[in-house]
Amino acid sequence: MADLPTIAIWKFSSCDGCQLTLLDCEDELLGILGRVQIAYFPEATRAEIEGPWDVSLVEGSVTTPEEAERIKEIREKSGLVVAIGACATAGGIQALRNFANVKEYASIVYPHPEYLETLATSTPHSDHIKIDLELQGCPISKAQLVDALLAVLSGRRPNVPTGAVCVECKRRETPCVQVLGTPCLGPVTQAGCGAICPSYARGCYGCFGPKESPNTVSLAKRWSEMGASEGTLLRAFRTFNANKPAFREESARHG
Amino acid sequence: MRAVLAPEALEAIVDVLRRRDWRVVAPTVNDKAIVYGEIASAAELPVGWKDVQAPGSYELERRDDEARFGYAVGPQSWKRELLAPSVRLLQIKRANGTLEPAKDAVDRKRTAFFGVRPCEVAAIKIQDRVLVGGPYADEDYLARRKGSFVIAVNCGEPAANCFCASMGTGPKAEDGYDLVLTEILDGTHRFLAESGTDEGAELLAELPQQPAADADVTAAEAVTDAAREKMGITLDRSDVHDLLLANLEHPRYDDVAERCLACTNCTLACPTCFCTNVVDANELTGAAGDRIREWDSCFTAQYSEMHGGGTRRSVKSRYRQWLIHKLATWNDQFDTQGCVGCGRCITWCPVGIDIREEVAAIRATQEAKS
Repeated sequence: MADLPTIAIWKFSSCDGCQLTLLDCEDELLGILGRVQIAYFPEATRAEIEGPWDVSLVEGSVTTPEEAERIKEIREKSGLVVAIGACATAGGIQALRNFANVKEYASIVYPHPEYLETLATSTPHSDHIKIDLELQGCPISKAQLVDALLAVLSGRRPNVPTGAVCVECKRRETPCVQVLGTPCLGPVTQAGCGAICPSYARGCYGCFGPKESPNTVSLAKRWSEMGASEGTLLRAFRTFNANKPAFREESARHG
Repeated sequence: MRAVLAPEALEAIVDVLRRRDWRVVAPTVNDKAIVYGEIASAAELPVGWKDVQAPGSYELERRDDEARFGYAVGPQSWKRELLAPSVRLLQIKRANGTLEPAKDAVDRKRTAFFGVRPCEVAAIKIQDRVLVGGPYADEDYLARRKGSFVIAVNCGEPAANCFCASMGTGPKAEDGYDLVLTEILDGTHRFLAESGTDEGAELLAELPQQPAADADVTAAEAVTDAAREKMGITLDRSDVHDLLLANLEHPRYDDVAERCLACTNCTLACPTCFCTNVVDANELTGAAGDRIREWDSCFTAQYSEMHGGGTRRSVKSRYRQWLIHKLATWNDQFDTQGCVGCGRCITWCPVGIDIREEVAAIRATQEAKS
């Protein structure tokens, strides 16, 4: 046991869905547990191992002053830091606050907002520390998580494609839904999900966030030609990855 | 060998081949498009359907007849059968302290490709050259290709994006098939069937048929002549090689880069594009590792990545590389052309970029200069 690498799973502002992906591994879970020591994972165990840790998986975004400090401490004590999910890599759905006044929100939601200590923005960890690997997605793909862990354990490169969802549609032979008339964010969205939505004849809604070199302007123009309103375009780019620069800038063009 | 077949004889083709325990893969309607899949009956062909294509757009419509092949080409190509989307190249197993390589046996049923368009016959010939025509033959492709049986169908209904007449690859197949059919719809619905190989002649001999009269041959000729006429010449290939190589810095590449999504759809829909990536995956227990080859595209940044980063970082450079390879340097590399004019890259581009228009735009200013 003592020789196995330690792994800690940290939660920031998030819904816990991405760290639950680890528990959802079911078939692979025992295999993973046989090769690592879980140092910190409150969703699974109360046991804790003091740092430093070989690998930290970080879920959730930075939305409070406490979180902004805590991620720095985790970075200092971790060999590798892997950010998992749209919150940790983009700021998540809660980054909608970046487009509004958070004080106003708080005053509507809480009877005593003065007790809250929160930041004006929700940001990814890469805005605060150096990240070694990012797994995008809301939630992340189980296959990518397992592959990333195996890559770390085997000393090989993780398979994280940065191209479009279209590559996965073509490999699974799904006829392009956009060409068949349904607007789709797949051409600007990073692969990794396995192109699930188009396989059910739905357009991709971009939960994996922007791909490398996303040409959102050209895609938005095509959506307009297909009948999408400015409001539709604004909302399409302002979801789980609203704070990723490419999507943030595109939504602003329609707002 | 030549004969005339009634539409019902197509069922006999499927029957004969399936009785031999072959797979019969043919066009069939699925998910609002005509796709390729295994069929058990000729009734599964897209009877009475046509495809309406435009740049970035594809729709199925009912025809007012019972044509079996009254459409052009769909989203897939026969590449799916020969250069499969994902193939395990190698598995390494750990047993008793040693590593044992294991290869998947390429042992599969013979497969009839039923309904191969002339442009696709040409595409298969090009991939044959690229993948098995050199000193290092691709084993998986070769095994699949040897097991294939090509039933071509000449084109009578080119779509708006078709330009095989420009590329010299259709609408009539000249060779590269075992059997070729031409669907004739001039009153009496019938097919002119011509064998291209001994195996094709053997199949034809087993089918219910009538002798082919001169009138049938003339009628079949009229079908492809009309298709050729309908398409016209929309891309001048005579000097496109030199045109593109003389205009490497043409401003049109900046223009197309503003539209191009670098999404890879054109290359993955293309029946001749052959780029793949090889990835390694291993099992949790460390007992086995797989090496997998899967479709990739020159439009991704990772495709050209090496130490120090990718060589084609801008979308402009990726589009330019693709266009010039497809229409020019491919010829230098393989001594064949790279484009067959099937139009898939136009139809299946989510923003409707038209390769013919891009070439025409480069040509227009080139000509203005001279």
